[in-house]
Amino acid sequence: MIPAAFDYQAPASVEEALQLLSGGGDTEIKVLAGGQSLLPVLKMRLAAPDLVVDLAKIPGLTGIREDGDRIVVGAMTTHHEVANDPLVAEHLLLLQEAAKTVADPQVRHRGTLGGALVHADPAGDLLAPVLALDAELVISGAAGRRTVPAAEFFQGLFTTAVGEDEILTEIRFPRHTGWGARYEKFTRVVQQWSVVSVAASVRMDGGAIAEAVVALTNMGSTPIRASSVEQALAGCAATAEAVGAAVAGVAEGTSPPADLNGDADYRRQLAVVLARRAVLAAAGVS
Amino acid sequence: MTTTEARPSTPEKEVGKARTRKEDQRLITGRSRYTDSISLTGMLHLAMVRSPFAHARITGIDVGAAKAADGVIAVLTGADLADTQGSLPNAWPIVPEQKAPAHPSIAVDTVNFAGEVVAAVVARTPQAARDAAELVDVDYDELAPVLDLAEAATDATVIHPDLGTNVSAHFVFDSAQAGTGGDVDAAIEQTRADGGVVVERTLRQNRLIPAFMEPRSWVCDPTGDQIVLYAATQIPHVLRVLLALTLGISESKLRIIAPDVGGGFGGKLQVNPEEVITLLAATRLGKPVKYTETRSESMVAAHHGRDQIQKLTMSATRDGKITGFKVQLLADMGAYLAVLGGGVPALGAFMFNAIYKIPAYQFDLTTVFTNKTWTDAYRGAGRPEATFGVERMLDELAAELAMEPLELRQLNWIKHEEFPFTTVSGLQYDSGNYEAATAKAKELFGYDELRAEQQRRRESGDPVQLGIGISTFTEMCGLAPSRILGALAYAAGGWEAASIRMLPTGKVEVVTGSTPHGQGHETAWSQIVADQLGVPFEDIEVLHGDTQIAPKGMDTYGSRSLVVGGQAVINAAQKVIEKAKPLAAHLLEASADDLEFAGGKFTVKGTDTSISMPELAFAAFAAHNLPDGMEPSLDSEATFDPVTFSFPHGTHLAAMEVDTETGMVKLRKYVCVDDIGNVVNPLIAEGQVHGGLAQGIAQAMFEDAVFDEQGTLVSGSFVDYLVPSAADLPHFDTAMTTTPSTTNTLGVKGVGEAGTIASTPAIVNGAIDAVRHLGVADLPMPLSPWAVWRALQGATPASGSAAAAGTGLGGNDPGGTESARMGAGGVADGRDSASDKTEGDRA
Ligand SMILES: Cc1cc2nc3c(=O)[nH]c(=O)nc-3n(C[C@H](O)[C@H](O)[C@H](O)COP(=O)(O)OP(=O)(O)OC[C@H]3O[C@@H](n4cnc5c(N)ncnc54)[C@H](O)[C@@H]3O)c2cc1C
Repeated sequence: MIPAAFDYQAPASVEEALQLLSGGGDTEIKVLAGGQSLLPVLKMRLAAPDLVVDLAKIPGLTGIREDGDRIVVGAMTTHHEVANDPLVAEHLLLLQEAAKTVADPQVRHRGTLGGALVHADPAGDLLAPVLALDAELVISGAAGRRTVPAAEFFQGLFTTAVGEDEILTEIRFPRHTGWGARYEKFTRVVQQWSVVSVAASVRMDGGAIAEAVVALTNMGSTPIRASSVEQALAGCAATAEAVGAAVAGVAEGTSPPADLNGDADYRRQLAVVLARRAVLAAAGVS
Repeated sequence: MTTTEARPSTPEKEVGKARTRKEDQRLITGRSRYTDSISLTGMLHLAMVRSPFAHARITGIDVGAAKAADGVIAVLTGADLADTQGSLPNAWPIVPEQKAPAHPSIAVDTVNFAGEVVAAVVARTPQAARDAAELVDVDYDELAPVLDLAEAATDATVIHPDLGTNVSAHFVFDSAQAGTGGDVDAAIEQTRADGGVVVERTLRQNRLIPAFMEPRSWVCDPTGDQIVLYAATQIPHVLRVLLALTLGISESKLRIIAPDVGGGFGGKLQVNPEEVITLLAATRLGKPVKYTETRSESMVAAHHGRDQIQKLTMSATRDGKITGFKVQLLADMGAYLAVLGGGVPALGAFMFNAIYKIPAYQFDLTTVFTNKTWTDAYRGAGRPEATFGVERMLDELAAELAMEPLELRQLNWIKHEEFPFTTVSGLQYDSGNYEAATAKAKELFGYDELRAEQQRRRESGDPVQLGIGISTFTEMCGLAPSRILGALAYAAGGWEAASIRMLPTGKVEVVTGSTPHGQGHETAWSQIVADQLGVPFEDIEVLHGDTQIAPKGMDTYGSRSLVVGGQAVINAAQKVIEKAKPLAAHLLEASADDLEFAGGKFTVKGTDTSISMPELAFAAFAAHNLPDGMEPSLDSEATFDPVTFSFPHGTHLAAMEVDTETGMVKLRKYVCVDDIGNVVNPLIAEGQVHGGLAQGIAQAMFEDAVFDEQGTLVSGSFVDYLVPSAADLPHFDTAMTTTPSTTNTLGVKGVGEAGTIASTPAIVNGAIDAVRHLGVADLPMPLSPWAVWRALQGATPASGSAAAAGTGLGGNDPGGTESARMGAGGVADGRDSASDKTEGDRA
């Protein structure tokens, strides 16, 4: 497993990194974050960039902070930090639940939220929570910073709004304080990419669901927001019957992939079952 | 010579102690030395160019760009090696008519599986070799790949035209012909006529990848007078002989060293193309050469295991007495015959009858070539296939007869008072107690409570159904009596060698020919020798794995090390004692007849006068005062050839949950009671059981080497080839019953493969038991949730939906008792056309 030779730079600032990215001409340049997706791609020679620009030395891209009514996660924050951070636990429980299910401790200590989002593997576990929690993604480029809502960020298989000469710098989330959450991940072995998963977070009011957000992992080439299910869940009793009825259409209109773990029909069946379980668990009913 | 006041107390016995392994301190603190850690001066590096096609003619190879690349020393093609590479050996021609294609290490004009080596690049660095390998330009004319095992057997397309057929061999064992039982067809007909039951099933053994932790690696140093080959192999001794024969190198000019080897499971019991290529590259260039495969290469090129279609017919009386068992197997060899690949499935001939008294039996095996990775031994080798087949059939028969499956087994198994027992396949089982193991397992499992829970879940229509899986298995271990191997046309014997060197300072070196690769031989052998010679455990050094240090051996596989190699060590120790005795008598000025040996000392009977082993070792070394004519050495060697196999057995029980909404299968509880005879080190034995269970359970639930319709291995990385981790398995409740083997003085039977052989059918039986009342007739391996869910979708629940648990009611085959079912084939069809679009990018 030896990658083709490449040059390596570790700039000290976002500006310097952007300069490197734009100065390429027709050389192929790749940004390196935790390397947990990029390195395998390089080693299997599925990509052979001339230059790798490592973001690890840039201060300010890591960490989780409050900014007014937002919780801001730096793009270079590792899955491990997300999975163990008290602010995330309090305000973004769904993101935390999902981060805990990513791979194994080694990978979680190196892989980053930004890397996972830009890599945009449809089976990646952090995409659906970011979509469901209405995050905004801050992208820096030669022309400055722009903010893209999650709904517009994921554009296709391994494709996002981040241009080749741009860097994702932070992810801004509205607070979901007090929301229950469940990331219902379906895998055959514990450490596996999602066959299908459902991200659900709910705000309860009495015994009923007041508000719900639901998004699906690996049910298409991008994560999918289940908006009509969310509407059906608003005001729904937190019972297996009521929730089951509300989520029954969760897979409608999806074109999930077919692979060794299942075809489209099977994945649709899973989505329905997992959505019911995720919502009930988020509502504190199991 | 000492005269002590008190009689010496016998030191504590070592055998039976749960010692932690003496090799582990070094291995887990990073002081291991695997082949890839070896670096020699001036060493060059190899990279392989592999065929992306499963079946193609090579029409041209342009090595120009690769040769011109930086750091490249040579590029070798099949044409370059055509005169020297020979044909990789087939050491098991099970029948004289067996067909074996020529197998060049580098393909010369055709490639027969995706991953076959078509060229090799030698360069100064591994990086340069890999870069240049990408520049080798090979032109192929694609040929239709032959991938389906059943179809391959029809010869619609013949893979090796010179053989004229895809069938390699047809091997039959028939109890009527052998005189060990009746005629199976007649028995089945008679049963039918008598109103008995005939159950016919077609089962599929999935294809497995051994997935040892250390990828294969070789370093060849040709710069001395001898060629030295460091190899990540289980079989340095066998390899030396076979490489010498294959390449025409004088055996005495070839030294093989297996340094630390990181697992094998049969997967490193091979003579590999890459091994030959490394050796030939080194000798051609006169420089040391290293090749270490990547994990991706290992998945496609190291041999695979299992892969059979089993058509099984079992007949029985209405009250459950088995009257006949007919076994028809198709076994996939892959593209070529591997070193033992042609014979591995034939071991099933002796194991399909298992622990049961079966009056008429036939085993009919056809081995077949396909355009897939070659197959050979994988943990259990032939015996897991057989155990799976027979244990699945016992459950199917129980369902047909509406009998409790454990009771059906009990009705048919050999009772403990019937040993020694000669089975219908002609083997004599020396000992066993199936009743005892089963009783203990039932108790540990809480069998009756779980049956009650199963019934409750059925009645309430719980979305999660519970099933109980049973496997009452036996296996043949201690490969192998050389005479029997000879009768099976195996190319070698099955003995093992050991020698003991008594060092002047009282330390002891034990040389073993059974080469460990993770089993813990160093610890177990030290325990054995400590007891034999009465020397401290710490003073014993076990040496192995280098044909110069341990010149004779048959290596490690087939649960043979302790049973055969351990006995050789004991025999060598006994010879040391015999040699030492006259010296002791001489020095103690006593008659040899008056001496007794215990606790490492010769003592003059009835006195306190004694002399210890270290003292005798020094006396022999000094040689100042030896009996007349005695040679100045206590060193001894022994070669032990077993007269028969040993037969571990056990009862394994699995509680399986099936989530009927998702098809998810979960192993909730696993109990096994194994009888492996006496135990030298309980900790090591339990470790072997745990690891074995994990691999057997993995076959049932997770692992599957899947090829697409082009013949590309789709599950070619650990993203798709699912090897379970500890997190995927429950706590195992393990226990032992002990009936010592009578075939060796230790009374041991072998444990390395037991867990793997026993567990696979327990898991599948349990999953089917959970959903049989819903109309599911069979489930394919592995029990992927998707496949289970589809089986549930296609099933018609039996009438009277809450069928009684454990009685098999409701399990009647909707297609009638004799309809052959393509279990896995039918259920898993869709998989063949599935492709993972994103797979390449995912990690
Ligand atoms: C064994 C293993 C198992 C795994 N299992 C899972 C799993 O179960 N679930 C799951 O979700 N993930 C899993 N992953 C992937 C893991 O989550 C990765 O961390 C993640 O996909 C990529 O993050 P990274 O920081 O490592 O990014 P890198 O690998 O460094 O980069 C990934 C891609 O994103 C680009 N990129 C990275 N950061 C930025 C940025 N700030 N701006 C612009 N472009 C950027 C890179 O150029 C590259 O193309 C697994 C990985 C491994 C190795």
